[in-house]
Amino acid sequence: MEKIDTFSVLNLSIKRGDRSVLRGLGFNLISGLLLKLIGPNGSGKSTLLKTLAGLIDIEEGDVLSDGISVMGNREWIARNICYLSHKNALKSEFTVLENIKFWADLWGCQNKILYSLNQMGIDYLRDTPVRYLSSGQARRVALARSLCHPAALWLYDEPTVGIDDQGLDYLSIAMEKHLAGGGMIICATHDNLRIKDEMVKNFDVTKFSVSLSSSGDDWS
Amino acid sequence: MNTHFWSVVKRDIKIGWQGGSTSSMVVAFFIIVVTLFPLGVGPEQSVLARIAVGVIWVAALLACLLSLDRIFQADYEDGTLDQYALSRLPLELIVIGKSLAHWLTTSLPLILTTPVLAVLLNMNDAALLPLIYAMLIGTPALSLIGTIGASLTVSLKRGGVLLSLLILPLYVPVLIFGVMAVDAGISGIGSNASLLFLAAVTLFSLAITPWVSAAAVRLALD
Repeated sequence: MEKIDTFSVLNLSIKRGDRSVLRGLGFNLISGLLLKLIGPNGSGKSTLLKTLAGLIDIEEGDVLSDGISVMGNREWIARNICYLSHKNALKSEFTVLENIKFWADLWGCQNKILYSLNQMGIDYLRDTPVRYLSSGQARRVALARSLCHPAALWLYDEPTVGIDDQGLDYLSIAMEKHLAGGGMIICATHDNLRIKDEMVKNFDVTKFSVSLSSSGDDWS
Repeated sequence: MNTHFWSVVKRDIKIGWQGGSTSSMVVAFFIIVVTLFPLGVGPEQSVLARIAVGVIWVAALLACLLSLDRIFQADYEDGTLDQYALSRLPLELIVIGKSLAHWLTTSLPLILTTPVLAVLLNMNDAALLPLIYAMLIGTPALSLIGTIGASLTVSLKRGGVLLSLLILPLYVPVLIFGVMAVDAGISGIGSNASLLFLAAVTLFSLAITPWVSAAAVRLALD
């Protein structure tokens, strides 16, 4: 893992199509902290994560890693960001292990596969085809895959959807471990993540959200 | 980089043959369309021999078209494309890999079944070899151009019809030169000129597809 000490977002404005979603958003994150994005449905949490992952172009503002602009820097993003959207990106035709192995090869971290399966408590599913998994199990597989990623910054969009109590425990242990190792997490969730309070920083996106405040004026 | 490229190709080939085996269905479609023609235009051997090449080409275009939406659709819906876009493998290479996998799982089986269908349509023996050459050279263009169309319509819920409208006109040069190559082969002029035109179409699509298609995928992911 390449270490990042500070990750800052300055005065960020995001448009999707013709419609502004977020305006003037900024935060500062230091290593070892989890930034918990809160805000009602539709306030722009997913959009923010997607933008930080480089999938949406920024209209205005900047993203800095250790003081250097990394906005739209694909090479930096590939090395330092692990993004898990609400979609699992698993192929139902393949087994759990085949699914994870494909991405681990791409990310160059095959040695962590079995360990991360173990961390999410799904060793026993290794050779099960993904089409037989329940939605909670599939979510755990997607989380296990993201644990393989060598990146320092994790972007998680609703990681807890569908997973049970035990899965949540596994996830919080994995997250705390990542944070203790100097990693960072930005996570949009409505659940309690069961992570030590001093490691969590809450960030409310509501006040930057255009879609909520302007009650649909921008729709046209 | 190289091994990652091939693992993307292998993955798509595996999905092509495993997931309800789209590839075998495309081949079945190809065979059925071609066998419909003798039923439709009557069993007169001279008529069939004259239209054989055109029928096989058109059926191949349609069969190819039928399988285009699977290039990106599933990957878009399950989030795989997002992960591809974030990975260190350039999207341009991934697009080419997927296009290659599409050719290997769709066009290649079609080419392999063509000799059988040629017999069925009473095609001139001298036409078979030029036809196979023309298909080998021309069908990669079908996959490549199709990849562009598939990436442009990936975010649409029912993009299939629009995809046909977008792509079929672009397939016209391949059809024209593909049929001309065979005609020239039979009449003894030699099919080299038409094959070279086909090769030009394929190379041109190879040159633009990665950029256009990758840009379209990025737009779709927005």
